[in-house]
Amino acid sequence: MERDDVYEYSLDTHHDEAQGKLIRKKIYFVTILLTAVTAVEVVLGAFIKQDPESWVWFTVKWAFILMTILKAWFIVMVFMHLKDERKVLRNIILVPYLIFMSYLIFIALTEGNAVHDTWMN
Amino acid sequence: MAGHTTHEIDTTVSWKGKVSPFRTSYGKLMMWFFLISDALTFGGLLVGYGFIRHAYTGKWPIGEEVFNSLPFLGHGYPLVYVALMTFLLIISSVTMVLAVEAGHRMDRKGVTKWMLATIIGGFFFLGSQAWEWSHFIHGSQLGRVQLNDGSLAYVHGHAATFESFEVIKAGSHHHVGDVVKDDLAHEYSHAVATGKVMSDGSIVLHDGSVAKVNVKEAAHIDELLIREAGAEYALNDKITGEEAERLYMEAVTSGEANRVVYGANMQQNEYGPKQYAQFFFFITGFHGFHVFSGVIINILIFFGVLRGTYHRRGHYEMVEKAGLYWHFVDLVWVFVFTFFYLI
Repeated sequence: MERDDVYEYSLDTHHDEAQGKLIRKKIYFVTILLTAVTAVEVVLGAFIKQDPESWVWFTVKWAFILMTILKAWFIVMVFMHLKDERKVLRNIILVPYLIFMSYLIFIALTEGNAVHDTWMN
Repeated sequence: MAGHTTHEIDTTVSWKGKVSPFRTSYGKLMMWFFLISDALTFGGLLVGYGFIRHAYTGKWPIGEEVFNSLPFLGHGYPLVYVALMTFLLIISSVTMVLAVEAGHRMDRKGVTKWMLATIIGGFFFLGSQAWEWSHFIHGSQLGRVQLNDGSLAYVHGHAATFESFEVIKAGSHHHVGDVVKDDLAHEYSHAVATGKVMSDGSIVLHDGSVAKVNVKEAAHIDELLIREAGAEYALNDKITGEEAERLYMEAVTSGEANRVVYGANMQQNEYGPKQYAQFFFFITGFHGFHVFSGVIINILIFFGVLRGTYHRRGHYEMVEKAGLYWHFVDLVWVFVFTFFYLI
């Protein structure tokens, strides 16, 4: 059943060929970026040895985490078009999730380390 | 996209409530809500993994050592295969976003082309994952050994190859004098894993018969790398040469089951703590299930595109909503790749 009282928001997203060209350019840029970051990750992963004691590994580990967040940011903002949505929608999706996950990550990893220390002693 | 939220919308034509939340369509908003709940599920799984991983610091397997094989080419290619899988998923995400872009221009041909490419990419990823699982489950040729002092060690070297097994004591299936020539490597590793290798080198077969082993090329143990300390050996000790061969054979001929473990299942695995394989199966399995359902959804939407359903409707929002789900699957893999394989 068609409802004529519902505004078709999807029509707002329509664009012409000229705009499409710019959007595709952006998509290709993100493609190259995601591929390059993944390649860097694989090379680092293959050549830097894991070692909880070494500062090299510590740096690489954090580089992995930052590169992951970078990739995730581009996927969500460009591929999932969240950047083109209203700011309030963007915030309502991201902010509560990020606050909750930061808390969960902090508490679980702290507990994990505590369990490890108990087993060691 | 362009001009999406810039102009005012007459509230008399909005949702029944007269005000449209976030000025977005109902379907897209509900897809986002679903994706948030799914992201919480995956977040919970990965955080649970992080908890166990931190608790087992030092004993946890290292990604580039476990995943270092390619189909047909063997070992020595750390992370290359999983990098290819990641690349595949990124590319199929790109073709999806190109389908969405084509939809915004009402380019039916473009949508058809890019949707088809996305579906093919999805099938390739699923196939890659099947190979990855099979490789993980079967494991390496020599497995992991528990030495007499209780320590656990990775075994590096070459497995033996066999001519035949000659039955010297009858079982429920074979008679004395039978010569077995099929599936020898598998039969032998089964005997090793269940502790059915005698001190003279003969083995007990599946049916209970005892057979003399005719070796083509003997096993060669290069190195035992201690992964869990025992009474005598400490973590990361390396034992080489004849000592390594002697300790390995001691374990193989001990008569005890599970002294040598090959591959992985839910109870034990050769790579590390049993939780490692459990999380591997659950997280990559749950993600793989998402890929699978994503492919099915994409196929259904693809039929809609072919039949012109969305073209008649005047917009391709359905492709956009399926696209959101598909990108989310890619997004999850980005995190699985980092936290399971790299760190």
